[in-house]
Amino acid sequence: MAIAESGQGRRAEEASIWSWLHRREGRQIIGQIIIVVLLAALFWIAATNAIDNLRRQNIASGFGFWNNTAGFDISQALIPYSATSTYGQAFWVGLLNTLLVSVIGIVLATIVGFVMGIARLSNNWLIARLATVYVEVARNVPLLLQLFVWYFALIPQLPLPRQSWQLPAGVVLNNRGLSLPAPVLQPDAGIVLATLALAIAASIGLRFWANRRWKATGERFPVFWTSLGLIVGLPLVVAAALGFPVTFQYPELKGFNYSGGIVVLPEFIALLAGLVFYTGAFIAEIVRSGIQGVSSGQKEAARALGLTNNQMLKLVVIPQAMRIIIPPLTSNYLNLTKNSSLGVAIAYPDLVSVFAGTVLNQTGQAIEVISITMLVYLTLSLATSAFMNWFNARMKLVER
Amino acid sequence: MAVETIAPRVSAPEMAPPRSEVGIIGWLSKNLFSSWTNTILTILGLWIAWRVLAGALDWAVFSAVWKGEDGSACRVADAGACWPFVQAKFGQFMFGRYPDAERWRVVATYILTGLTLAGLMIPAIPGKKWLGLFGVIGLPIIAWILLYGGVLGLPTVPTEFWGGLMVTLVVATVGIAGSFPVGIVLALGRRSEMPIARWASIFFIEVVRAVPLITILFMSSVMLPLFLPEGVSFDKLLRALIGVMLFSGAYMAETIRGGLQAIPKGQYEAADSLGLSFAQKMGLIILPQALKLVIPGIVNSFVGLAKDTSLVLIIGIFDLLGIVQAGLTDAKWFAPNTAMTGYVFAAMIFWIICFSISRYSAWLERRLSRGDRR
Repeated sequence: MAIAESGQGRRAEEASIWSWLHRREGRQIIGQIIIVVLLAALFWIAATNAIDNLRRQNIASGFGFWNNTAGFDISQALIPYSATSTYGQAFWVGLLNTLLVSVIGIVLATIVGFVMGIARLSNNWLIARLATVYVEVARNVPLLLQLFVWYFALIPQLPLPRQSWQLPAGVVLNNRGLSLPAPVLQPDAGIVLATLALAIAASIGLRFWANRRWKATGERFPVFWTSLGLIVGLPLVVAAALGFPVTFQYPELKGFNYSGGIVVLPEFIALLAGLVFYTGAFIAEIVRSGIQGVSSGQKEAARALGLTNNQMLKLVVIPQAMRIIIPPLTSNYLNLTKNSSLGVAIAYPDLVSVFAGTVLNQTGQAIEVISITMLVYLTLSLATSAFMNWFNARMKLVER
Repeated sequence: MAVETIAPRVSAPEMAPPRSEVGIIGWLSKNLFSSWTNTILTILGLWIAWRVLAGALDWAVFSAVWKGEDGSACRVADAGACWPFVQAKFGQFMFGRYPDAERWRVVATYILTGLTLAGLMIPAIPGKKWLGLFGVIGLPIIAWILLYGGVLGLPTVPTEFWGGLMVTLVVATVGIAGSFPVGIVLALGRRSEMPIARWASIFFIEVVRAVPLITILFMSSVMLPLFLPEGVSFDKLLRALIGVMLFSGAYMAETIRGGLQAIPKGQYEAADSLGLSFAQKMGLIILPQALKLVIPGIVNSFVGLAKDTSLVLIIGIFDLLGIVQAGLTDAKWFAPNTAMTGYVFAAMIFWIICFSISRYSAWLERRLSRGDRR
């Protein structure tokens, strides 16, 4: 490298740096360095300010608060919880409440959505119009407003406990909530539950066998009805034979309110109703577009093959429609779960209300509490999208 | 000749179609009573429609209370809606605690924004480029001066006094406008060849999209102040706006990414082979095409945002729903139907806004796809 000593050499070196800068890789590396420096600076400024502010306001940091006594009550807890429990237990209570309303909401919203989506495509003009009105109203009014309508306007219209509506099977509805009879299992109930588990296992096995036989011989087996008979009928027969080993504890009017049984809070009813009404409209649109997305050629081909109407729906239309429906459906399930956080506005003790609300106010540890809350939702979301990817890979059209 | 004997010269006289196939009866029998199940459904539908319609009309019109000074007028038996409540609070619902004498400024902002938007939305009006430029640069400055004041002799109206529909519209408009640059940067970042930029964008987008808006709002109202140096504090409304912008920016990024992915690779390669820089390539070739593709998606996300703005009431900002809710605590107006009346009023406003935007979006989609249809 003798040339490097001369001026010409230095110019060549400069030129190479210059041209490196002009090449894509060079600019990309510099661009990334700038991004890293900016992000690090932002993080550093935020962190120093946060440490400074926390010290000045005497707020502890770290996760030590997790095991401190919470000292507040929660109106609905699926696990044992009292004011002497810890913040950590309050977190689990809140999370379980979020999951409870989400799971029930998802099931009901799916039913409402499918019924309404199919109704929108009905041949019956009136039914189709009614479903359209429902969808357009429910979709275009904010969910929070709907929750307020349920909670502050509709539920107070329910009768007082003394004039409760007595619904069938000992169910009682009044403005303090819904009281259901609580099943009390007798010793023999274990046998019935075991039969139920056995019936479910048998149905799964039956399904495999029927599928194998269908592929081998082309003969179909009424799997659905047989399984239904197994799962519902078998435990029922066994229970009858054992003399129904379940007793019910019915809610009773004591003083000003009902006690006993399972009490469903009015907050829960309002949140569930709002979520189902709102999300059902979105699911209805997904179902409608999924069914319409199956090309009419498929239906014509099915008819040309001589399939009956039911066979056409079951074997041709629904499997293809599901392929279109399921991805947006899962994202709506996720939306419902996220939207259940609006329960905070009507005092439903969900994760955001209990943890990001009460616990945050008591401890003042905003960074830790908000991070944990976000992490929970992030986990739920990642799990859902993992399922989606798996499902899409499984359902993808196998093209030859 | 034989043919003529076979084929008659005169065709049979045309008969009117069967009465069961045409006219009202035909329509009814085809659409409502084609089968037994259909007939049952129709009767059920009629019953539901009658119950809902009659109930709603009775509540909102026939049994409603129209005049009154306070809640006592509405505290009569079997009364329906309590409209005097809305009449009395109408100013608040629209403008919050914005001083009466200054409310013309809000109206002026509405008119200016409305005219600009109308100019942009109606295809027949020329000069979109200048209007767009005005909408992006001029309008926010004028709107800020008008609404906040403090210059040109206009008295300052702090944001604590803002409220009602005005805040709803401000949050929705600023949110969507602010989410646009955020979304473009994130979408480009997510498709960038630089791994760090790409991972940073993916991380931001996925985290924000995974969590509910409420937690973002909590974060911007509770956590953000912790990250600022002592003494520096943001306006509450501004903090909410930042949260809304970041939130809708992440969604916008995914919408725009959809558009970017739809642009054929040849367009990128053609721009590269012409020697355009990255900014030129994106600004002149890719983004104009990609954004045109996703206009309906953007308009739809505006509907979502317009509804989501009501969440700001949870962190103590009085948007339309928040001010209605606050009005309900007024003991003077206590009556069994006051709450429902207020909610129905707010719902109607939200519904009109959201429904008309989604209709516009559907129209736009048809119009934009016209060129692609063969």
